[in-house]
Amino acid sequence: MVVDVRKRILKSLAISLIAVIPLAANAGGGKLLEAAGVSQMEGSGGGGLVPWATIAGYGTDEELAASIFTTRTDFQDYRFNAYGAAFSLYNRVELSLARQSFDIFNSPNEIEQTIVGAKARVAGDLIYSYWPQVSVGVQYKKLHDSAIAESLGARDSDTGVDAYVAFTKAHLAAAFGYNVLWDVTLRATKANQFGLLGFGGDDNDSYELMIEGAVAVLLSRHIAVGFEYRQKPDNLGFVEEDDAYDAFIAYIPNKHFNLAFAWAELGTMAGSEDQSGIYFSLTGYVW
Amino acid sequence: MVMKKIIKCQPFLSIRVALILTCVVSFGGCQSLNSAGTLYNELGGKSGIERIMGEFLTALSRDEVLLKYFNGADVERFHAKFSELLCEVSDGPCEYAGRNMVDIHTGMQISEADFNHTVDLLVLAMNRADISHPVQNKLLARLAPMRADIIKR
Repeated sequence: MVVDVRKRILKSLAISLIAVIPLAANAGGGKLLEAAGVSQMEGSGGGGLVPWATIAGYGTDEELAASIFTTRTDFQDYRFNAYGAAFSLYNRVELSLARQSFDIFNSPNEIEQTIVGAKARVAGDLIYSYWPQVSVGVQYKKLHDSAIAESLGARDSDTGVDAYVAFTKAHLAAAFGYNVLWDVTLRATKANQFGLLGFGGDDNDSYELMIEGAVAVLLSRHIAVGFEYRQKPDNLGFVEEDDAYDAFIAYIPNKHFNLAFAWAELGTMAGSEDQSGIYFSLTGYVW
Repeated sequence: MVMKKIIKCQPFLSIRVALILTCVVSFGGCQSLNSAGTLYNELGGKSGIERIMGEFLTALSRDEVLLKYFNGADVERFHAKFSELLCEVSDGPCEYAGRNMVDIHTGMQISEADFNHTVDLLVLAMNRADISHPVQNKLLARLAPMRADIIKR
């Protein structure tokens, strides 16, 4: 049943992509190599942990772009995986779809979540404007199985919506000639552990504003290193939740694909303490 | 003039002074003290810019996307004026005497993608001319503000 829904969603997305592509004057490819970013764990264009103001893919203002990604992680007590696709129109609007699975080693349960994202660039240009590029976005999250979220006291164990505004800017030659990129994202959310443990809880059931951010240095046209931080709510009385952060290196050999490796610290997650581990993400650019 | 430049780059004051001193001591005075420690020098001065321009023109001449913008263009003049521009923006001993960016590009309707593609070719040219990554970025940073006067006109 779940697989059916997933297939149907992916199929309809694929069909709509195929339907739209011939209308495009140009398929995406006009952005500078460093300007597409990588794929965020919830499917949005960004860093790995944080959605940035950048629109996924290499499309410029007259181009469409589509990309697919997969993310694998390995922590002490669990494994988190995700895959999905992003579609961008004219470097203005980004639509994304992601499917996450969270596999706890000492439990028979696997938590799965589907995220539909939309983002719009409202002002600025990552590289060329004086002010940062500013985008607003939403992530609609649907849990496939509410049992775990419910048992931990989540107020909503079915769906949740995050809304964010992101500010991202690249500064050419800012640090001894190296290009520097920063992002600040403000997210209104009720999600427990990205939504995997439901939304809201006994300690708090209101939207809270969380700050997220990233700093990256581009060591060459093909390699970026950086750091990301994501503040998270702590809504559930039963299980603690910590902020997450990671140090990453991204390899961008060309406009067809890129790789991101990270060391991520998620703290206490779903009752497991001090969870840290490796993160790997691959994004392929279809158009 | 030298003082003005030193003040402008305070964080690198000591490096700059050291460079100027090295310059003065080792060569018994430099031909153009002004350009010591400038981006112009980092690019390799006149010959460095010539090398970049040579590679850039080669890349442009082989590029099918950008060819349309050079229809009927005076390549010799483009070569001379773009060299002059690179020299000036890198604080070299030149003054760009060409037309302004808006006038040159009006009517061309250069897209964002084609602008970026030109940047890619300039990067390629700088790679082939052995310009280091940080120095490339410094030059691009000085050219980037011109984009608004170049695209979609």
